Amino acid sequence: MLHIVNKSPFDKNSLESCLSCAQDGSAVLLYEDGVYGAIKGSAYAERLQSAMSNITVYALEPDVKARGIADKVIDGIKLVDYNGFVELTAEKEAVNSWL
Amino acid sequence: MSSVIKQFLYVNRKAPYGTVYALESLEVVLIGAAFEQDVRLLFMDDGVFQITKGQDTADIGMKNFSPTYGALGDYDVKYMYVCKQSLEERGLTVDDLLDLKWEDEDEDWAEKDSIILVDREEMKSLMTDADVVLSF
Amino acid sequence: MGLMVEGKELDTDEEGYLLDLNDWTRAAGAELAKTESLEMTDSHWEVIDFLREYYDEYQIAPAVRVLTKAIGKKLGKDKGNSKYLYELFPYGPAKQACKVAGLPKPTGCI
Repeated sequence: MLHIVNKSPFDKNSLESCLSCAQDGSAVLLYEDGVYGAIKGSAYAERLQSAMSNITVYALEPDVKARGIADKVIDGIKLVDYNGFVELTAEKEAVNSWL
Repeated sequence: MSSVIKQFLYVNRKAPYGTVYALESLEVVLIGAAFEQDVRLLFMDDGVFQITKGQDTADIGMKNFSPTYGALGDYDVKYMYVCKQSLEERGLTVDDLLDLKWEDEDEDWAEKDSIILVDREEMKSLMTDADVVLSF
Repeated sequence: MGLMVEGKELDTDEEGYLLDLNDWTRAAGAELAKTESLEMTDSHWEVIDFLREYYDEYQIAPAVRVLTKAIGKKLGKDKGNSKYLYELFPYGPAKQACKVAGLPKPTGCI
């Protein structure tokens, strides 16, 4: 399962709900304002980092660059471009979009 | 035009590209400031992301409007308050923000910092002291 | 609707503003000035160059008050007043000069 999240975890609980429902071995892709969840040293970083022992977290690089946080992404989060996004959706049998 | 100068406080709470609030707020600020009012901005919650350095929107097909905050000094917007706690929660410091300045005409155009970090108590008085509070 | 510049047609809106500011060249500026019946002089171009630089840095065209103040600072106090700018651009410095400079209509412009 691929979970995709486009809301900031500081503004909405979408990412929190997603992480609490994500099975071990699934993937989470942060895009649009969801990429704010990927910032190192934030109040949310620890929560995401602990989840990363069981799930793989990706962030959409164009959205990361747009928001000026490219040098602040938590180690271990994989940056993907639009093609990578498409490949992930093709690879996983189901996509769950947390709006 | 009325000669009464009112103090306007624009409260910015949204991240810049996910919704249109930030851009709309900036446009209203520019219009309001063109009419020589006392315009001040407060960035709190995800609004602090509006003024992060190094934004590059080339790959998302949207206009990067962060350079426009740099023009606000020319519009006599001298006070850009930033919520300290909101910055900390987001793993940011003042060094991650744009270097925003205004020039003091009375002191031979000396450059002064526009950004002022404030805590919750100071934010309460900012909102109380303003004649008009506009929240985006 | 378009503007013919050196044999090439550039896209404009219904009021004759360039749609793409990257299309702008000095020759395009000269053609745009003709549509406003402006006789361009070095003083006109000085303001046009200033506007383009301002837009490049801040991504907006400045309001008239901001333009006069900034011109006064950069080009001298004798030029930093609305009388000087309205003599150059009688139908409004921000509006007419922005058009010649190939910029969008200024936000909150008068």
